[in-house]
Amino acid sequence: MTVGLEHYLVLSAALFSLGLLAVITKKNAVTVLMGIELILNAANINFVAFARFIDTDLDGQIFAIFVIVTAAASAAVALAIVLNLYERLHSINLEEADSLAG
Amino acid sequence: MITNAILILLLPLLAFTIQIFIGKRLPRKGDWVSTGAMFLAFFLAVPILIQALSSYDPNFKITQSWEWINFGAVNVTFGIHIDNLTAIMLIVVTLISSLIHLYSIGYMHDDPRYNRYFAYLSIFSFSMLGLILVDGFFGIYIFWELVGLSSYLLIGFWFEKNSAANAAKKAFITNRIGDVAMFAGILIIFTTLGVFNFEEVFRGIADGQLSGGLLTAAGILIFMGAVGKSAQFPLHVWLPDAMEGPTPVSALIHAATMVAAGVYMVGRTFVIYTADALLVIAYIGTITAFMAATIALVQKDIKRVLAYSTVSQLGFMMVGLGTGGYTAGLFHLITHAFFKALLFLGSGSVIHAVHSQEMDDMGGLRKKMPITFWTFLIGTLAISGVPPFSGFWSKDAILASALEFGMVNPTHMVIFVVTLIAAGMTGFYMLRAVYLTFAGEPRDKKKFDHAHESPLVMTIPLCVLALFAVGTIWWGWLEHLLTKPELSSYASSGVQVLEAGGGHPDVAHTAHKIAMFSSIAIAGLGILLSTLVYHWKKISAEAWGRRLKPIYTLFWNKYYFDELYGATVIAGTLLISKISSLFDMKVIDGFVNAVARITTRFAFGNGRFDIKIIDGMVNLVARVIGFFGAQLRTIQTGRVQNYILMALAAVVILFIIQQF
Amino acid sequence: MSLFDVIFYLFAAFTLASAALMVVSKNIVHSAVGLLFSFFGVAGIYVLLAADFLAVVQVLVYVGGILILLLFGVMLTQRITSVDMRTGTLQLVPAILAVAGIFVILFRVIRTTSWNIVPEAEAQFIPTAEKIGYLLMTDFLIPFEIVSVLLLAALIGAAFIARKGT
Repeated sequence: MTVGLEHYLVLSAALFSLGLLAVITKKNAVTVLMGIELILNAANINFVAFARFIDTDLDGQIFAIFVIVTAAASAAVALAIVLNLYERLHSINLEEADSLAG
Repeated sequence: MITNAILILLLPLLAFTIQIFIGKRLPRKGDWVSTGAMFLAFFLAVPILIQALSSYDPNFKITQSWEWINFGAVNVTFGIHIDNLTAIMLIVVTLISSLIHLYSIGYMHDDPRYNRYFAYLSIFSFSMLGLILVDGFFGIYIFWELVGLSSYLLIGFWFEKNSAANAAKKAFITNRIGDVAMFAGILIIFTTLGVFNFEEVFRGIADGQLSGGLLTAAGILIFMGAVGKSAQFPLHVWLPDAMEGPTPVSALIHAATMVAAGVYMVGRTFVIYTADALLVIAYIGTITAFMAATIALVQKDIKRVLAYSTVSQLGFMMVGLGTGGYTAGLFHLITHAFFKALLFLGSGSVIHAVHSQEMDDMGGLRKKMPITFWTFLIGTLAISGVPPFSGFWSKDAILASALEFGMVNPTHMVIFVVTLIAAGMTGFYMLRAVYLTFAGEPRDKKKFDHAHESPLVMTIPLCVLALFAVGTIWWGWLEHLLTKPELSSYASSGVQVLEAGGGHPDVAHTAHKIAMFSSIAIAGLGILLSTLVYHWKKISAEAWGRRLKPIYTLFWNKYYFDELYGATVIAGTLLISKISSLFDMKVIDGFVNAVARITTRFAFGNGRFDIKIIDGMVNLVARVIGFFGAQLRTIQTGRVQNYILMALAAVVILFIIQQF
Repeated sequence: MSLFDVIFYLFAAFTLASAALMVVSKNIVHSAVGLLFSFFGVAGIYVLLAADFLAVVQVLVYVGGILILLLFGVMLTQRITSVDMRTGTLQLVPAILAVAGIFVILFRVIRTTSWNIVPEAEAQFIPTAEKIGYLLMTDFLIPFEIVSVLLLAALIGAAFIARKGT
């Protein structure tokens, strides 16, 4: 069948799930960040797909640009935090970052 | 007159209150307070007697009563009742009491508790006067007990002496036994008639509301009170021991007044005694009179002689009353009061001089103490029934009454015979006392040298009393005023009355004559025998004593009454107390202790329950919560990824739920 | 099935495989490479979606910027001296379950929603650069400026946070 909106959406849902899996299951903080980037990318695909198929005014693409920019910013800040965490714990194993445990 | 009576009653009470509280601080320790009050009472009593004499009516009566308790159904009054008997008794009591107060000033002047003595004398006088004046059984019972109390206080006045303290106890307890019976009798009357007042009681009995066996029983029970108070057989044992008290006390209480209260009461309530009750009274009197006289024959202590003599004379009075000789019995009561008081005060005078009560230490005191001697002699003659002394008239009247009774009921002639013999013995032992004390050679030289006549305060009462002992002044008017009360006079109109014992005028006359001669004869015989033995020493007392050793021993040991009572009644009471005490300790205390032990064990159990279970439950709750909390705590791992997972899981679950 | 579809499936598989590599790999550098290739794959998808400008931007920014940054992070935070650059997983099973659940949900949502698709647009492949430029300067001027400021702030903030010591 011809590729339609739903295919793109399913693809993005799969990417999203994989990204989510990475976020939840990885011990390494940087790997978690990678997962986050994957999630954002999945969201971007959604936006663009909608821009193509539903609203042809390219608003979706604009939004995707902003998302990319914001993702960059967040990646920078997150890495800075990870570096800081490394300073304190001398490892970026997230299992060890549990000072807030109850 | 009623106000006079109230004042007479209250004056000694007032004296008592003053004496007991501030007596010690008054000048002369307040003896003038009590003595003055008594003399004042006497002067207030004289107008009452004058009024009684002027009306010269056997039925003279002044009464006044006040409502005391009113429950509606029960209405108890309390009041004053003055008739001829009361008027005369008032004079007797107040006069003798005043004289004894006076005497005591001399006799007791060294005593450390001087003021208390007079206080006790005052309270006694108050009680005795109250007893005479009151108009009902309830009142009589109250004052009866008060008199008993005063007697206890006075007998045990020198309570440092064990013998005195014991004598006081003995007197009180013996009296109490009689009082219980009397109370039972009063209750019988109250429950059947509903009143205490004499007039109303008599009326009730005359109307037949209380009669037959129950009335006899009531009469005998009430008489039992008199048995106790007047030291009749079998409750006579306290009177000789009561001689432990000071001699003026013996004179006042145990000769003249208190012991007379029993006789007075019998006379006052004369109407309630049925023929059977009167018979009981007569026989008890006879036994008492005879027995006491025999014991008096062998006593060595002068006060003991007089004590047993009192018991004997009281028996005489009971004989008089029991045989229907109302006037005779009461007459003897009055004369006896005077000459017995005289005798006791005289003996007190001797004791004060010689500092001993044993006649073995006396002898030949006639020369040293003339006034005492002569007055004592007058008293002796009076008691022995020698005319023209007062005692002769009264004793003669009693014997006449007994003989008359015996002639009418020949089965009871024995009353007259025994009483006659007792009268003879009276003369014997009284003269014996006189000879041993005043005549012959002094047996104790040192004591004899020391002896001297007593001071005026002591001898004046002796003389005054001697005067009264002489009296033919008594006869005639007394008999007229003190006529025997008839039950029929109390009956409401139309009611038939059973008489207790009628008068037989023709028999009375014969009996009177025979009695007079026999009494003089027997008195003379007694006096003669006594003189033979103790004065002229013709017959040896010791020899006879040895020959009749068993009888002598019996008399000497007072018929072993004390021992008998000690072995039976007292031992029995002690046994009961021991058993009660044991019961109390073992059973009751044991029970209390058991309760205590159970309570403590229960308390411990409670405590453990509290700790284990209650606290356990509280702790359990806490631990459960803690457990769940600890479990829940594990959710907070502090790891972000866990939290994200939880959020995802929640979304999935919500979606699923939403689907269905 | 047209060529278009084939290419789509190709790119989709490529992307997914790379993402899977990223997730599954124990070696961080391997994960980073996987991420790299998935970025590329996504760029290809953009092209297929007629977003040419965006595809280029994606490659430039993500691959050239962010990925480099991530690699820097990896290098800076691992003890190079120790040979082991591995990383483990935690709570794998429940995570897989939850994620699978999420995917199922999303799939269902996608399938059951009626998308009102604009038909004629499907055929058009217009270059978008000019249009995007125009929109950025007119309708989306303010977000554009704000995002610039955001980027600046983020850079400064990151530099500050990552300082060593005081």
